[in-house]
Amino acid sequence: MLLKLVPEGTNVPFVNARKLAYVLSALMILGSIGIYFSKGLNFGIDFKGGFLIEAHTEQTANLAELRELTGDLGLGDVALQTFGDDNQVLIRIEFQEDKSLDEVVTLVQKTLENSYSDEVSFQRTEAVGPKVSGELIQSGIMSVLLAVGAVLFYIWIRFEWQFGLGAVIALVHDVILTIGMFSITQLEFNLSIIAAILTIVGYSLNDTVVVYDRIRENLGKYRKKEMPDLINYSLNETLARTVMTSVTTLLALGALFYFGGEVIHGFTAAMIWGVFVGTYSSIFIASPVLLWFELRREPEDKNNNAKNSVPEQFR
Amino acid sequence: MLDFPRWKVLTIIIVSFLGILMAMPNFLTDNQIDDLPGFLPSSRVTLGLDLQGGAHFLLEVDTNETIAKMLLDKGQRIRDDLRDDSIRHRYRIISQGLLVTLTNPEDRENALQVIRESIVKVGASLTDVGTEDIIIEDGEGAIINISLSDAAVIEKKAQSVQQSIEVLRRRIDEDGTKELTIQQNGEDRILLQIPGIESTEEVKAKINTAAAMNFHLTNTSVSQDDILRGRMPPRTTVYPSIEKDEAGNPVFQLAIRDEVMVSGEDLVNAMPERDQDNGSAVGITFNSKGGKQFADATRANVGKPFAIILDGEIISAPRINTPILGGSAIITGSFTVQETNDLSLLLRAGALPAPLRIVEERTVGPDLGADSVAAGQIAAVIGLLAVMVFITLSYGFFGFIANFALGINILMIFGVLSLFGATLTLPGIAGIVLTVGMAVDANVLIFERIREEMRRGKKVLASIDVGYSRAIGTIFDANVTTLIAALILFQFGSGPVKGFAVTLAAGIITSVFTAVSLSRLIIVTWARKKRPATLKL
Repeated sequence: MLLKLVPEGTNVPFVNARKLAYVLSALMILGSIGIYFSKGLNFGIDFKGGFLIEAHTEQTANLAELRELTGDLGLGDVALQTFGDDNQVLIRIEFQEDKSLDEVVTLVQKTLENSYSDEVSFQRTEAVGPKVSGELIQSGIMSVLLAVGAVLFYIWIRFEWQFGLGAVIALVHDVILTIGMFSITQLEFNLSIIAAILTIVGYSLNDTVVVYDRIRENLGKYRKKEMPDLINYSLNETLARTVMTSVTTLLALGALFYFGGEVIHGFTAAMIWGVFVGTYSSIFIASPVLLWFELRREPEDKNNNAKNSVPEQFR
Repeated sequence: MLDFPRWKVLTIIIVSFLGILMAMPNFLTDNQIDDLPGFLPSSRVTLGLDLQGGAHFLLEVDTNETIAKMLLDKGQRIRDDLRDDSIRHRYRIISQGLLVTLTNPEDRENALQVIRESIVKVGASLTDVGTEDIIIEDGEGAIINISLSDAAVIEKKAQSVQQSIEVLRRRIDEDGTKELTIQQNGEDRILLQIPGIESTEEVKAKINTAAAMNFHLTNTSVSQDDILRGRMPPRTTVYPSIEKDEAGNPVFQLAIRDEVMVSGEDLVNAMPERDQDNGSAVGITFNSKGGKQFADATRANVGKPFAIILDGEIISAPRINTPILGGSAIITGSFTVQETNDLSLLLRAGALPAPLRIVEERTVGPDLGADSVAAGQIAAVIGLLAVMVFITLSYGFFGFIANFALGINILMIFGVLSLFGATLTLPGIAGIVLTVGMAVDANVLIFERIREEMRRGKKVLASIDVGYSRAIGTIFDANVTTLIAALILFQFGSGPVKGFAVTLAAGIITSVFTAVSLSRLIIVTWARKKRPATLKL
């Protein structure tokens, strides 16, 4: 017996629940924006500039001693945090106006090597100047905007403008909720998160396009069907695939999250969240919002004897 | 649509085979690759710095400094020439030129004449990049505006970035054996990546040293008392010694004539050597021009001291005992052996035309890199197995075929990455794992469609046929959108993120190929042979 996550012939009234979904999404979006403006994002040094040094000690790291040693260097606030194991410490330092990047790195490393009571080695160093981080923010925002724009254009060309608009509404929804998630959890927001957001954009679209494709097909097939019913029918037809793909993607991401190492934790967390949000939005947002716009019926597809293939409950 | 023309079958098989073949070197050892016959592919995926460890620097060339230095140098000559002709003036360096303000406006014609001659004297142009690079603004009154043309400024800046790249390459990888990346990045930046280094200190020292060395005569008319009071005759500057006392103050200071006796640019070689007292020293050899200048200068100044100045500090200030005619000399100073090695290398590589500033630095230790590779491999294997088990449970025999296609797909991703010499980064591994999750999507779309068609009462073969032909349009649209996102990511991303975009894009293309061609070929061949009446799907 084969495993079927979604039973055959479902008829879940997704579209009927659209008002609820709009309210829910509106609340989540407002919440995300609100939290973003009150808590902001925990920008990594990619976007904020500054220093990150990963120190590795032989024994369990003595944070108090490390704090004292680094605090005495006159580098302002130094944030320390264990990372993964007890003997790995992330040292974060803000950008220093009066010192060059390499001066600060050398100063911290030399101080710890010479004065810390245990052997220290450095596994990772990142130093980003304010000019570069500013550019990284710019190109990050640019790339997300450009991706949304390019996709709008593609769907407009391949489908109709209504679909393009619907897809973009869902995308903006997903991006805002993802940023909101990062604001709530205060997970570090760095360059790889931009990559995650763009992948979410791609994934969510992938989902949306599959449903849209079916709606377009059915528009030609069932010319008499009311629009909400038609959208609902299409959603149910593609539901098995939507769930299957979400599950396989989540399986892969889950493996990455648990076994992929600390460095890409934030990235996979964002992606997992994105799969949920993207799946939700293509069912509850992207498809119902098509009702806001007048969809043009395509000429009848002669190869289909449409009426006969409509299941009982939709006649 | 159930028939596959023979050419299509062949193409699919050949493409799959080539993909696998190109991936093969990644699974062989170095020795095995060396033993391969020449016609087989041998290029492998390069590991990114985050996986093999190494250092990444983004350097900014202070090109304004290049221009300022040039203006200072050439402006000095104009100023001297005006002074020699007793034309009283003040002058000031502005952003792209010199501003000469005459005390007596009636000197204007005279001054213009002198300035033009002075420019001709220094080589017809300020920048040596072309003839029409200097603009003396016409006008009246006391102010003369001498400026560089925009073209000259741009050209000079570009030149200094290129020169910096060359100098850095010679300094860091003198024998050209390291696999370093060094390239221009934007208008005035240099991207420098050095795989596998443990400590960046040495590299940073090489980046931060200008290594501009010149020979100057000492101005013996200035006493130590004058130096302390800051009373300097014209064309003379005080320089500190490179040797410092315990408090970090220079051991001595000397008044040095601005005029360059011989320039470090005329060096052709520098090697660590021993002086007569067996101390560490650096032996230098001039080119013919430098050799001649050095011979002339030493002949004319026997008995006088001169100074060797490196980056604004005096290395040594020997007395000229006899003229040095052979075109080579020895620089002595208080060097350690290591210092003479370093100095020789820096002198051989030449001076940086402008200061470099590190604006981004990222280093990853080799241990962390190895950990990341291991973690990535484990995650990939577990993710892959989980997806395969799930797909088999869901689609049975068809799932098995999808899994086979998925395996080929992953090999082909490596094949494509090797073909393009792409770099595999940690986010890149994440991209592959993600592709595993998303790659089955194409097969899921097809299988679900076949299920639907069978539910509608179609025959097995017809369902398979319609399932494939209907799903392909959807697969295409759905994947192009993800591909767009990947391409934009590639364009805007940097380093590891770029690596992610590459694997994502490669994964999308190979997964569509394996799903719509390879798995289809297998299923259609199977279905035609077996002609199943019912399908367990």
